[in-house]
Amino acid sequence: MSKHNGYEAVSLSRRAFMVTTGGFSIAVAFGGAKTALAQGAKGLTPNAWATIGADGIVTIMFPSAEMGQGIMTALPAILADEMDADWKNVRVEQSPSDMKAYGNPGFEGIQITGASRSTQSYFKPLRVAGAQARKVLIAVAAEQWKLPAAELATEPGMVVHAKSKRKISYGQLAAKAKLPAELPKVTDADLKPMDKWRYIGKDVPRVDVVAKTTGKAVYGMDVQLPGMLYAAILRAPVQGEKPEKIDDAAAKAVKGVVAVAPLPYGVAVVGATVEATKKGKAALKVEWSKAAPARNYDSDKIAAEYMAIARDEKKAGIVVEKHGDVTAALAGAAKVITAEYTSEHVAHACMEPMNATAQFADGKFEVWAPTQAASLIQIVGGLVFKTTPDKITVHTTLLGGGFGRRFELDFAFDAMGLAMHSGGKPVKVIWSREDDITNDLFRPLTAQRFKVGLDKEGNVVAWQHRLVAESIFARNNPDAYKAAKGRDAPVDDGAELPYDVPATQIEFLREPRGVGVGFWRAVGCGYTKFAMETLIDELAREKKMDSVAYRLELLKKQPRAAAVVKAAAEMAEWTKKRDGRFLGIAYADFGPELPVTSPMKNHAALVAEVSLNRASGEIRVHNIWVATDPGIAVNPRIIVAQIESGVIYGLSAALYEEITIKGGEVQQANFDTYRVLRQQDAPDIHVKVMPSLKDPPSGIGEIGTSPVAPAIANAIATATGAKLRHLPMTPERVKAALKA
Amino acid sequence: MTAFTINGRKVDVKADADTPLLWVIREHLKLTGTKFGCGVAQCGACTVHVNGEPVRSCSTPLADVAGKQVTTIEGLSPTGNHPLQKAWVAEQVPQCGYCQSGQIMAAAALLKKNKKPSRDEIKAHMHGNICRCGTYAAIVRAVERAAKG
Repeated sequence: MSKHNGYEAVSLSRRAFMVTTGGFSIAVAFGGAKTALAQGAKGLTPNAWATIGADGIVTIMFPSAEMGQGIMTALPAILADEMDADWKNVRVEQSPSDMKAYGNPGFEGIQITGASRSTQSYFKPLRVAGAQARKVLIAVAAEQWKLPAAELATEPGMVVHAKSKRKISYGQLAAKAKLPAELPKVTDADLKPMDKWRYIGKDVPRVDVVAKTTGKAVYGMDVQLPGMLYAAILRAPVQGEKPEKIDDAAAKAVKGVVAVAPLPYGVAVVGATVEATKKGKAALKVEWSKAAPARNYDSDKIAAEYMAIARDEKKAGIVVEKHGDVTAALAGAAKVITAEYTSEHVAHACMEPMNATAQFADGKFEVWAPTQAASLIQIVGGLVFKTTPDKITVHTTLLGGGFGRRFELDFAFDAMGLAMHSGGKPVKVIWSREDDITNDLFRPLTAQRFKVGLDKEGNVVAWQHRLVAESIFARNNPDAYKAAKGRDAPVDDGAELPYDVPATQIEFLREPRGVGVGFWRAVGCGYTKFAMETLIDELAREKKMDSVAYRLELLKKQPRAAAVVKAAAEMAEWTKKRDGRFLGIAYADFGPELPVTSPMKNHAALVAEVSLNRASGEIRVHNIWVATDPGIAVNPRIIVAQIESGVIYGLSAALYEEITIKGGEVQQANFDTYRVLRQQDAPDIHVKVMPSLKDPPSGIGEIGTSPVAPAIANAIATATGAKLRHLPMTPERVKAALKA
Repeated sequence: MTAFTINGRKVDVKADADTPLLWVIREHLKLTGTKFGCGVAQCGACTVHVNGEPVRSCSTPLADVAGKQVTTIEGLSPTGNHPLQKAWVAEQVPQCGYCQSGQIMAAAALLKKNKKPSRDEIKAHMHGNICRCGTYAAIVRAVERAAKG
């Protein structure tokens, strides 16, 4: 049994949501969608992904959630390229929640968006679907012209016959065509060679910018349905508590309040207007249970406890990665360096607070949600609300930020639970910003301890890394956690050492303390890379080597990694002295849990130029240079934007963002107490995209985030010798490190 | 009932006088381009103009706008062709886009007062508007582009 949002839910099947390594099989659903193979007034629908209208408009489905990463542009452009659609006649549409037709092969066919796994997983299926649509159009033209299909070719929006100089538009074909009884098969030979790509690799403009600059874009928050009720929920102040005594007299007396409903985790106020629900919520008097383990959670004490556990080597963890004999190598080392790191909880603080709208009628749910996890709302929702996934339709709206927070189902279940009791009326649940921050599922608080063995020449002979944290999967996906035998890939993300070291051992020690934690942009990389990359700089200093030269030496067997390190150093003019400003570098890889040499990985190196106010402890970042190799760069301009975005998110967390918890209660609630990076704090960011065309496209949403903090810490260490080993690097911590 | 003008249209809204203008605009008048971000005037997502001045609609009671002119993102330009909107498209500023109505309304207020703001002036003026996607540099480029005309 696991807890989802306070509802008792039976466990998910392993298949339901399993983040594994090998699941990159290619399967295109030809059929499955309700529109598939249909042919009507709309035109020709050769498969679940594309419809060609008689007016020449090609409608292409995108299956992933658009949360800013440009996926509703990047994915349809891949298909449009292969089918030779004319981009100016392409319209995109969010696909239905139908995992059979639109599931992500990178998540074993579940329709979810995360882990930067949309472009890389859908790249091949969308190319195949596009090629198939093109083949269908050629077949239809061949039939009309009574010519062999082999003599026909396409150019954007047209089938052409070069010999007779005839052309016919896709629209004209769609208007009259009948689908062939048997759809043409597509093999790799039907896919365009790279040099014929028109849209892949080009800066196709985003399809969502006009709507997003005129106020027309529709987010979950903007869903408005006839007869809709609103709801605000007073949630327990501590995770796991329940309402025990509710005095709702004053709340019910508020004009416009329709009902007050106890929930397993709070009290809902349902009303005719937003303002009524807000007032009603403020008027509630609730006594809460005091039984939750989280009551004992003080984040500063937990951090100290975790570090004690990291130090206690008698306590073994789950082995994340191991090669060679670390114990023997450490025993034989000429010198052993020990380093300890702590990272605090951070919140997501998506600009759009959590919300969802749901309607329940005739035993069926309809849910409008800004969600990264449409399939999970169906699968887990089916278990929680005792129905089946087919009875839950999810309309994924635009997301006002995701960052992993919208992988959770709590906000959708709020609305679904209330909709079951609203007499068929739609219910829209809106979280306040305070709800959003205090009920976030934060990035885990962590302690990390390293022991690195060096030989007489200062070469690394052993690398031991112990990571102590709460698990995400143990709560969010217990079966995946069990199946992975206690490993939690998001939590230990990034820990696998990309550098060439003869003996390594990386362990994860799960230490639950009653506060659930969640996915966060790049998840584990945020703290693992911070620790590893600052430690690498220390090791370079031990060997009296330059940080760039040292990394290049350890990355000799990894040309893509070495290339980005070299490029970032060149961009930043690494060796140039500058007045009062210092440089630091860090390297990161990002991708599925595969060896670091896998072609599925993205590589990035980042140089930060910082200055330091020694009196106040304040760090200022002036410039950031990033070189990244994403494999095939599907849309370079979007990649640059995503790198900038990841850098800002990482920088905000590196310097400012910190959630503290006392007695289980979150101490920050809004942007006045939870500081995030703002305009004047933003450095200039310079990005170089270095595609390696022989490698498949890799995820670009998270790679920019993790190298920021270590690059800054390395710059400060170079300038002052101070070792910054605690995230965030607040002025107080910087001052303490300067004194140490 | 509170009467005011929104995007040139006269309206008379039946909501309590203390109702935040944000919710009046979004839910009573169904103009959802103005966004709820924090509710306490900390993030700028709800920025609109009242008599030409930028205000945080989440923290402005309805009573305060009686008889006044309110402009939202939908009314900034009838065709969506305000120089800032064009610049926003040219620079491909939005990512998730949720904060961008507020960003554009804040920038429009700046350009009204200062036709050629320096980079530092732009950054200082826009400091109150949070963007979690980190489009800060693109926003500055877009304001500079619009100011160039």
